[in-house]
Amino acid sequence: MSAVQEALPAVRSSRDATVRRFALTDAIFHATTRAAAILVLVLLGGVAISLFAGSWQALSTFGFSFLTSESWNPVTEKFGALAPIYGTVITSAIAILIAVPLGIGIAIFLTELCPRPLRRPIGMAVELLAGIPSIIYGIWGLFVLAPFLQTTVQPLIISMFHGIPGLNGLFAGPPYGIGLLTSAMILAIMILPFITSITKDVFDTVPSVLKESAYGIGCTTWEVTRRVVIPYTRIGIMGGVMLALGRALGETMAVTFVIGNAHRISTSLFAPATTISATIANEFTEAVGDLYTSSLVALGLILFVITFLILAIARYMLMRIDARTGA
Amino acid sequence: MRHFIRSAAVAIAMATASTFTLSAAIAADLSGAGSTFIYPVFAKWADTYKKDTGVGLNYQSIGSGGGIKQVIAKTVTFGATDKPMSDADLEKNGLVQFPMVMGGIVPIVNLTGVKPGELVLDGKTLAQIYLGAITTWDDAAIKALNPSLTLPSTAIAVVHRSDGSGTTFNFTNYLVKLSPDWKDKVGSDTAVEWPTGVGAKGSEGVANTVKQTDGGIGYVEYAYAKQNNLSYSKMLNAAGKVVEPSLESFGAAASNADFKGAKNFNVIITNEPGDTTWPIAASTWVLIHKAPDDAAATGEALKFFAWAYKDGKETAKALDYVSIPDSVVDLIKASWKADIQAGGKPVYAGE
Repeated sequence: MSAVQEALPAVRSSRDATVRRFALTDAIFHATTRAAAILVLVLLGGVAISLFAGSWQALSTFGFSFLTSESWNPVTEKFGALAPIYGTVITSAIAILIAVPLGIGIAIFLTELCPRPLRRPIGMAVELLAGIPSIIYGIWGLFVLAPFLQTTVQPLIISMFHGIPGLNGLFAGPPYGIGLLTSAMILAIMILPFITSITKDVFDTVPSVLKESAYGIGCTTWEVTRRVVIPYTRIGIMGGVMLALGRALGETMAVTFVIGNAHRISTSLFAPATTISATIANEFTEAVGDLYTSSLVALGLILFVITFLILAIARYMLMRIDARTGA
Repeated sequence: MRHFIRSAAVAIAMATASTFTLSAAIAADLSGAGSTFIYPVFAKWADTYKKDTGVGLNYQSIGSGGGIKQVIAKTVTFGATDKPMSDADLEKNGLVQFPMVMGGIVPIVNLTGVKPGELVLDGKTLAQIYLGAITTWDDAAIKALNPSLTLPSTAIAVVHRSDGSGTTFNFTNYLVKLSPDWKDKVGSDTAVEWPTGVGAKGSEGVANTVKQTDGGIGYVEYAYAKQNNLSYSKMLNAAGKVVEPSLESFGAAASNADFKGAKNFNVIITNEPGDTTWPIAASTWVLIHKAPDDAAATGEALKFFAWAYKDGKETAKALDYVSIPDSVVDLIKASWKADIQAGGKPVYAGE
């Protein structure tokens, strides 16, 4: 009894030491991971601050007109971001229009209809599209897709819509082969894997009970997809689309090759245009003069803000679907 | 996530690029950056020079503007630019500049049934085409210059550089001299606000776009047009004569340039007088610090330039560049001795 009582403090102290050691390692682990997480925030803040500081001169010189003016004249140092903003938004929007139906179609086929042996190869092939470097897309666009569009597709479309008011302005020549539409097509191919893989993942979260019940009351596959799967995963699909949109907005190299790099806003989809990232990539090395450089940084800031908003919305939507499936 | 990986890759690439320049500065090699116009001949010279002397050259062709930025930041020993720096800017940054080599810029066209060198253009017409005022190849102005050619009614597809470039600077400088309209509306610089047409990245981009587009017109360094068998045009020069682009006609432009009377060798050789002169010729200048931090490196660089002026002539000729005439080289060396000093002594110890 007394011997036990004498031994207790020793046991307790050794136990305390172990607990303390565990607590310490835990604390260190905790601090390290937290520091890593905070580092990301610091980096992001740093990027935002340096972009803001770098673009201050342009923003203070041109004020709000920087967003509304189309002029981009290095000679007279009058800069306005409207043409690149327009090009960025339009190319990304068209790319989304092309890629979303395709991507969702592929995802439905893979999850609902595809025979098992084909599932992996097709899935892999789509994933591989994401692995091709953008410079390759750019070169392929310039040397293969653009000449093809220029000699066959564009002249055909121009003559087809010639004289139809509204559409003839949308598809006006001369056929350069490169321009808004060509860039949008390249972007569509580039963002396809993002849409497909995210859509496929959220389709897999649909409880089988729901689908089986629908089949049980005699629904066709089309009806199940249309009335059960898509409504259930709507937010997740939107999140994937937004993520893809974020990717399309920032794409630089591939677009630079095929957009035509002209600081103009034109109604024709065949006309050369420019995007924010293409403008920066093209002109940064040669921009001599503080105001010119500052205007390019200001373009970067605008892109940063647009992309940030888009990605925030995407994350929020994906979070909501996660919350629902987690519940 | 993938986005993040991409940005990480870019960051890593940038980091390696910067260590690359750092290590270049530490090594005994010369380091320079800038003009893409001069890059081919620099590369060839450097190759021979390394065999002869063991001293290598690390030259990054990142564009003239980039070269100016880097030499000011002292990350490289010298910069190269196709657009000369103004006297005030040279003074402010403590730099000297001198011409290294000259060459020609030619209009290239893609017209069915028109062979290389058949078409004749002049500065005024070229400006009207690039302003978007002349839109078809059978326009009266082009017909007047080419009475013997049958010109198609094809739409003109104007191609220009999308990246800032010294070639653009010299080309627009020529248009400013010949066309009041161009002067008022556009002006001249390494990048301008183009009224019409499509931008292509680099000379190779311009050449390729013109090659692919029926009715296309662009402008590139001559070496480029020649190596790619592109259809170039002849030009009407300041003396009112029609000239072919060639080493001789570029040389004529160079020999008419008055470097003697110019401060900081600031002479643009577009629209020079002379019967045999090619009107759109261009030079590339080297920029180097007057009071270098690393006098040894600057001395080595000047030694290399002196070697290139003397022993690099054949190489330059083979690549369709015009060497700087000996009389001008003497002026350049005199300016080195007078201006580039370290510890009160000239850095350049050669002839």
